[in-house]
Amino acid sequence: MAETIALDGPSGPKPRRAISGRNIMIYGTLILVSCYYLLPLYVMIVTSLKGMPEIRLGNVFAPPVEITFEPWVKAWSTACTGLNCDGLSRGFWNSVRITVPSVILSIAIASVNGYALANWRFKGADTFFTILIVGAFIPYQVMIYPIVIVLREIGLYGTLKGLVIVHSIFGMPILTLLFRNYFTSMPEELFKAARVDGAGFWGIYFRIMLPMSLPIFVVAIILQVTGIWNDFLFGVVYTKPDVYPMTVQLNNIVNSVQGVKEYNVNMAATIITGLVPLIIYFVSGKLFVRGIAAGAVKG
Amino acid sequence: MNTELKTPDSMPSVAVRNVSLNFGSVEVLKSLNLDIAKGEFLVLLGPSGCGKSTLLNCIAGLLDVSAGQIFINGKNVTWEEPKDRGIGMVFQSYALYPQMTVEGNLTFGLKNARLPREEISKRVARAAEILQIEPLLKRKPAQLSGGQRQRVAIGRALVREAEVFLFDEPLSNLDARLRAELRVEIKRLHARLDNTMIYVTHDQIEALTLADRIAVMKSGTIQQLDDPITIYNKPRNLYVASFIGSPSMNFLKAELSSAAILRFEGQNVGLRGYDFAAPQSVNLPIVFGVRPEHVRINAANDAESYEAMVELVEPMGSDSLVWLKLGGQTLSARVESSERHHPGERVRVSFRVGLSSIFDAASGERL
Repeated sequence: MAETIALDGPSGPKPRRAISGRNIMIYGTLILVSCYYLLPLYVMIVTSLKGMPEIRLGNVFAPPVEITFEPWVKAWSTACTGLNCDGLSRGFWNSVRITVPSVILSIAIASVNGYALANWRFKGADTFFTILIVGAFIPYQVMIYPIVIVLREIGLYGTLKGLVIVHSIFGMPILTLLFRNYFTSMPEELFKAARVDGAGFWGIYFRIMLPMSLPIFVVAIILQVTGIWNDFLFGVVYTKPDVYPMTVQLNNIVNSVQGVKEYNVNMAATIITGLVPLIIYFVSGKLFVRGIAAGAVKG
Repeated sequence: MNTELKTPDSMPSVAVRNVSLNFGSVEVLKSLNLDIAKGEFLVLLGPSGCGKSTLLNCIAGLLDVSAGQIFINGKNVTWEEPKDRGIGMVFQSYALYPQMTVEGNLTFGLKNARLPREEISKRVARAAEILQIEPLLKRKPAQLSGGQRQRVAIGRALVREAEVFLFDEPLSNLDARLRAELRVEIKRLHARLDNTMIYVTHDQIEALTLADRIAVMKSGTIQQLDDPITIYNKPRNLYVASFIGSPSMNFLKAELSSAAILRFEGQNVGLRGYDFAAPQSVNLPIVFGVRPEHVRINAANDAESYEAMVELVEPMGSDSLVWLKLGGQTLSARVESSERHHPGERVRVSFRVGLSSIFDAASGERL
């Protein structure tokens, strides 16, 4: 009786219990780890919403009794760094003026580089690529001083333009690698078909390759925006106080030695500075993780 | 000598002259020569890695040759860009531009060539009509089935109104039924357009059904260039014989004991009806090649027959393949599926010698 045999016993998906040892283990660990990582953020937010008298009470974890946005306003518009007392707003706009052109310039050049390396195997392409990749493994610190001299000689030391150029150059190896690998993974026959159809170097790049590579452009933008926005070293070395990027200015606010330490202002300033990468993270979601994974080569 | 080719009548549509191609130290093509007549359907056939696609890419101008020349319509195009060679090409993976509609795909090349708009729409309409893809014009490639995509890819070659069509394994990505369907369609297309077509494939059925002539290739050289019937019946060497035909040819070790008699497993096979290319020396070790359909079982009116034992029977629907043991050698015979044989059965086997092939065992060349 084959039919009765088939009717008995397990059928369909195996039932799974919601509360099992395995689930408790997994979710328990996840919750614990997220608490550990979110705690500092919590302290920052809570502190930034308190007035100084309340902070002096010393209850770091206690929620604010009286919520005030005064520290945020001060951090943005009136906190002093050196001679300037216009808060982080100056640094914010400096950072925007550094990040936007650097991101556009570096991605524009690197995508063409990657496309040429992947599809047009010109003479010396491999050598060129090797040199570029070696560049990714040289510590930045080694090159700081030579670049200072170069920028001084071409008259761009201490200017935003100079910093934009530096960021574009340092983004080149990793971005070129990123784009080259992406373009290599695209079917070669598509490129051949376009050549038979009479499209040239730029024709194929703009009409065929670009429309197909939105994902990698998003990854590159995320990588560059977060990288350049968060940069401190190049900002402090290659610019002057009135064009300091936000990160450098933040450091100057937090580390200023005169007067009272205004913890609430410092916390607010730090959160404001970190807001841009944070927003990018929430907006781009999964692509951000891919960007980080791609950037893992960078170390 | 001047390389410009002679009168228009005898001028080949595509001529490959001493073309070599090396990738580093690897010789992919070895001084190839090939003339393809106007309107001819030539198939380049061979296993993967034999250089057939490479040769096609060289003709298309997608690869630079290391040496030699390529002529299309009498014009030396060796240094020309692909777009200037008067070719249309169809790829295995279709290679449709995914972000463009079918219409966009068809017009991309024409727009690059800056053709007037009326001309473009005229050509697109014609190609769409021929290939019956009119209802698909506004769709994106992702919304098409494999067969439809390949039809659009053919259309893209069609609108170029090229003299020469190049096909790079166009049917290999399709399932068996669609492949058979599109094969017929390509043949019909060729009959209608009468363009020169060069078609690369590793599928011998495609080669045999489509080709006016087949070039069988092996490691960068052409082994035999002939019409399909000749290739099938008179393979020039062991390689061609083993590559063409499914189920494949039987190869039996034997010896030529005189110009008309073959010694095989201690028995004599008369060679009446076999057409030797040249008088042969005796006592020569040879390979006797006979296709399964030319092996007969228990044929009453065959004078010479040999005892064999049935090992295995493979029914294939229209006919059956019977595997036999004759002395120490194995061979297969193709019989009507109505003939029933069973393993262990003793049968009498005979050969249709006139349709067989005899190869020199040492060189592998046909005798």
